Amino acid sequence: MKRYLLFMIMVLGSLFVSACGDSRIHSQGVYMLVDTSGTYAQEMSKASKIINYLLATLNPGDSLAVAKVETRSFTEKDIIAKVTFDKRPSQATQQKRVFKAKIEEFAKGIKGSAYTDITGGLIQGAEYLNETKAGIKTIVIFSDMQEELGKGTVRDFPIKLDGIRIVALNVTKLHTDNADPRIYIDRLARWETRVRKAGATEWVMVNDLENNMESILKTR
Amino acid sequence: MSDWHSWLFWPDSVALSVLALAILVILFMYAARNPMHGVIHSVCNLVTQSTRFISRWLFLSADNLRLRNQSVLLAHSQESAATLIDREFERVTNIIRKDMQEFPALQRKLMEEVTRIEDDYRKCGEVPAPPPEWVSALESVSQIKSGGDIPRKLLEDINKSIQKIHDKTVAEFRRSYEERHKILKGAQPSWRSVEKLIGEMDKKMVSLNTNAKQIDGHMAKFEGIRAKDSKTEHALTTSAFVQLAISALVMVIAMGGAFINYKLIALPMSEMVGASDYITDNLKTSDVAALVIILMEASMGLFLLESLRITQLFPKIASMDDRMRHRLMLASLIFLVILAAIESSLALMRDILIADKASLMRDLASSVPPISEGWITNIPMAGQMIMGFVLPFALAFVAIPLESVVHSLRTVIGVLLVQAMRGLGFALRFIGVVFRRFAKVFELAYDIPIVIPLMIESWVKALRNPPPVQGQAKQRAIS
Repeated sequence: MKRYLLFMIMVLGSLFVSACGDSRIHSQGVYMLVDTSGTYAQEMSKASKIINYLLATLNPGDSLAVAKVETRSFTEKDIIAKVTFDKRPSQATQQKRVFKAKIEEFAKGIKGSAYTDITGGLIQGAEYLNETKAGIKTIVIFSDMQEELGKGTVRDFPIKLDGIRIVALNVTKLHTDNADPRIYIDRLARWETRVRKAGATEWVMVNDLENNMESILKTR
Repeated sequence: MSDWHSWLFWPDSVALSVLALAILVILFMYAARNPMHGVIHSVCNLVTQSTRFISRWLFLSADNLRLRNQSVLLAHSQESAATLIDREFERVTNIIRKDMQEFPALQRKLMEEVTRIEDDYRKCGEVPAPPPEWVSALESVSQIKSGGDIPRKLLEDINKSIQKIHDKTVAEFRRSYEERHKILKGAQPSWRSVEKLIGEMDKKMVSLNTNAKQIDGHMAKFEGIRAKDSKTEHALTTSAFVQLAISALVMVIAMGGAFINYKLIALPMSEMVGASDYITDNLKTSDVAALVIILMEASMGLFLLESLRITQLFPKIASMDDRMRHRLMLASLIFLVILAAIESSLALMRDILIADKASLMRDLASSVPPISEGWITNIPMAGQMIMGFVLPFALAFVAIPLESVVHSLRTVIGVLLVQAMRGLGFALRFIGVVFRRFAKVFELAYDIPIVIPLMIESWVKALRNPPPVQGQAKQRAIS
C-alpha cells in the first residue's frame, strides 16, 4: 500500500513538474518589423493599430517585440520595444501599458530611412524569437516588401527561419506595381519561396486590416 | 485479368475451360460431400452448443447477480428502515420524555383548576339562611280556641311581619343568586384553562399516535424486508430508480452551481498560479487549481455532513467517538469558511482584473472611458463576492444527493446488468436454435451444385438394388 502511494505521488509529482516545465511551449512570440523607409513611414498610424491589436490579443507569458526596418536592420538597436509578459494578468496589463507608451513615443519622432533591409530584420527577429523559446513564433512584416540594400550590405545568402510563421501586412502596391502587376506578384512569390526555403512554417499575407486581423496570430 | 486466365486449361477456348473446371469442381464437391456435411454439422453443432452453454452461464450468472443484488438491496434497505425506526422511536422517546416532564406540572395545574371549580360549585350550592320561624308562630295562633279580635289582630300583625320578612327573604335570596352567578362567571376562565389543558394533552396524544402509526408503517416495511417478499423487493427497486432520478437531477443542478463557481475563480486563480502554465495541451494550471478548490469545498462539505451524521458514506467517521466527531465537524466547518472567504476574495479580484483589462482595452482602442455610475457599478462586484461566499456552503449539501446516487446506482446498475445478461442469454439461445436449423439448410445448399452426380448416384443405386416385388416382399416377411 505504501509503495503504491509512493508511486502515485511520484507520478503526480512528475506530471506537475513536467507541466510547469513546458509552459513556454504554449506561449506565443511575436516580432514585428515596421518599415520606416521612404513614404512607407507615413503608414505608422496603421502600424500602431496593429501593435495595439497584438497587445490586446497576446496573453500573459507571451513575448512581443517591435523593431524598425532600417538601412541595416540586423541589430538590437532597431528594436523599439520588447517584452515578455508576466504570468500574472495584472502585471501583464501594466507591461502592456508601458509598451504602448513606448510605441507612441517612437511614432511621434519617426524618421524615414534611405534603404530597406527586410532580410536583416528577419534574421534579427528569428534570433529574438528563438531566444524566447515560445511555442508559436511569428514574424510580422509591416512593409511593401520592396527590399533595397545599401552599398556593402550583404544579404544574398540562405537564412534560417525554422518553425517561424511569417505574416506580411499591408503590402502596398508601388507605382511600378500599378503599371505592371506582375512585378508585385513576382515580388511576393519570391518572398514566399525564400521564407519557405528558409524553413518558415507558414506564409500569410494580410492586406485587409479592417476585417482580417485575426489571421496575424495563430490560435492555440 | 491474367490471374483469371491462369485458371483456364485452354486459354483460347474459355467456355470449354470453364466447363472443364466446373465439372472438376462438381466432381470434387461430390467426392467431398460426406466430409463436408460432417463439417457443416460439426460447425453448426459447435455454434449451437457453445451459444447454449454461454446462454446457460449467462442465465445462471444473471440469477446469481439478481440474488446478490437482492441481498445487497434488502440489507441496505433493512439498515435504512432500522435507522428510520430508530429515529422514530427516538422522536417518540423525546415526545414522551418531554411530555412526561410536563405532566406533573400539568396535573397540578389541572387539580388546582378543578379544586377552584369545586369550591366555586360548593359556594354556588349554599342556600341562604332560612327566614324566622314564623310558621310555628302561625301554628300556635291557629290553636287559640276563643275567638274575638285578638287572634285577628295577631294574625294581621303576623301577616305584616311575614310580609316584611318575606320581602327581606326574597331580597336576600336574590342577592345570594346574584353572588352565585358572580362566582360562576368567575369560574369561566378556570373552565377555559381546563379545556385548553385538555386540548394540549389531546394534541400531544394525537402526535404520539401519528408517530406510532409511522412506526407501524416502517415496521411493516421492515418485516417485509426481513421476509424477503417479492413485493417489497420490487417496491425497493422502483424506489431506487426514483431516488436515482431525483438525486441525479439535484446533482445536475449542483453541477450548474459548481460551474458558476468555477467561472468565478478560474480567472483570478491565474494571478496565483500563472496564466501561461499548462498541464496538458489545452488544460491550464489555473483552471485545474480552480477546479481543485471547488472539489476541496465539496469534500469539506461532505466531511461536515458526515460528521453531523446526515450522510453515512464513511463508516469510520460515523463510528468515531463523539468528541472526535465534533472536532472533525469543527475542522471541516473552519476549512469550509476559509475556502469560502478565499473564494469571495477571488471573486473581488476577478472584478478588479476585468476592470483593469477593460481599461487597457479602452486605452488601446483610444476610446473615451465610460462615466462612472457610482454605487450601481459596484452591485455586480458585491453580487460576485456574496456568491463566492455562499456557493461553497450550497455546494456542501451535494453530499446528500451524492450518497443517494451511490446507494441507488448500485441497485440500478445491478438490475440493468441482470436484464442485459438475460437479454444476451436469450439472443445467444436464439442464435443456437437458428444454427441447429441452418445445418440442414447448409447441407441442402451444398447439394444443389452437385445435383447431377447425386441423381446419377441414386439411379445407379436403383439399378443395383431394384425395388422388391410385392410377392417377394411378402415371402421375406413370412420367413
